[in-house]
Order: sequence, then structure tokens, then C-alpha cells
Amino acid sequence: MHFEFDIEAGDFSNAGDASSKIKKILKQLNLPNHFIKRAMVALFEAEVNVIGHSYGGTLAIDIENDRLHILVSDTGPGIEDVDLAMAEGYSTATKEIQEMGFGAGMGLPNIKKNTDCLDIRSRAGDHTEIEMLIHFDSGKPHGDSAE
Amino acid sequence: MELEEICKLVDATQHTSSGSYGCKVEKAFSSDLMSDVLTLLADDLLLITGLNNIQTVRTAEMADICHILFVRGKQPSEKMIELAEEQQIVLMSTAYSMYKTSGLLWAAGLAPVY
Repeated sequence: MHFEFDIEAGDFSNAGDASSKIKKILKQLNLPNHFIKRAMVALFEAEVNVIGHSYGGTLAIDIENDRLHILVSDTGPGIEDVDLAMAEGYSTATKEIQEMGFGAGMGLPNIKKNTDCLDIRSRAGDHTEIEMLIHFDSGKPHGDSAE
Repeated sequence: MELEEICKLVDATQHTSSGSYGCKVEKAFSSDLMSDVLTLLADDLLLITGLNNIQTVRTAEMADICHILFVRGKQPSEKMIELAEEQQIVLMSTAYSMYKTSGLLWAAGLAPVY
């Protein structure tokens, strides 16, 4: 099953709309709750990133036999240093993003923690593609702890 | 902990339909940072926050959080209430600070997520 959603840059009032629709679909398919939660964290963080950091993009998901394949593509300033962007606490968030409660530099780390495979393709001044795989039966998300 | 007890302890008012939509509150987490909230594994928890915008409700939806308690007298908008009703999330408000709210609920036995 394939689904695609357009994500509009700066559209914070509708941030989470696409992720919410995907959640409904995954629940209707009776997929495991812990898998859905992992998928939702990864998708929501990715969706907010497109809204806050790009000029707009698309979110495409493929529900395969035993996994979810996600491709988030956007046009925008790109990510100059992906390794740096993956560091917890590093953020280029605007004041508007921070006022939404995001921009603490946890978006990409949260995505990484909740996916089984993650590939980020980007460079400064170019588009960004984030490709993720999440298996239905993979381990539960990391436990709650004061990290 | 029952919803009624939470409201009584922190003098909170409820903005969504009466009842707790079947969720039982076992733990609580206080934060204004939504990405921190998304790191939580626990479900059925109370989110205590001063971040009064629709993204708080969306984050709760994504994280399967059933109760949000806004502190510092924050009042959710109509759009937030509408989304919360749709997702069966309870919204409440207290005039108390986050520190006082967290302390009162902790003292009454509401466990922390960690």
C-alpha cells in the first residue's frame, strides 16, 4: 500500500495532519502498538522538520509485508553537516519552531532511535531526502530514562 | 490516579467532555519541550505543560498520551479542544505553576515516568 502527502512549509497549524492520517491507517491494519508508536514519533518529527526547515516537501510511505518504508523529500537549504545535525541538542530552529515546543535538537535523534534503518541524503543548498525503515516486530523503543 | 482526584488536588478545570475516555493515569511527565515528550515509552500518562498550542495536542496524539494539564492558567483554544475531543484526549487547566502542580501530584502519589 502506498500513500503520499504534500507538506507545506511554515504550515505549523496543520503539522501532524499527515502523521495522524497515517496513524489511522496503521491502526486499521491492526499493526502492533509499539510499532505504531515508533512510526509516529519518526513520522511526526520528520513532518515538523519539513514544515520548519524546508521550502516544502512530500511524505511517502509504503506499507510492505513486514515493515514500513518511509521517504521524506523536501526542497530547501539542505543540511550542511548531517553528523552535526544528528547530535542531540544541536539545532538551527527559528524562534517560530521553538515557540511550537520543538527546536531542542532532538528531532533527528528521535527519528534515529525509532527506526531500524535511516539514510539522510542532503547537502547545503540542495534538497533533502530522509529514508527510513521500521519493521513491525522490531524491539520496543528505548526505555524511559534520564538521558 | 483518577481524573477527579487530579482536578481536586491542583484545582483544575476540564475543557473537554466529562469522563476520562477510559484512560487511567498512572504516571506524569512535566515538560514544555515536545521532542522530549516524544522520547517517552510510557502510555497512559499525564502531560503537565505550559506550552499552550495545538502542537501539544498533536504530540500527545502521536505519543498516545490521554491527559494534558496546562499550568500557569493557560487556556486551550477552540481548535485545540476540537482536536483533543476527536482524539479522546482530556484537556485540563490549573492556575498553579508547573513546580507547584508537579509537587502536589507527586506528593499525592502520582508516579514519575522516570
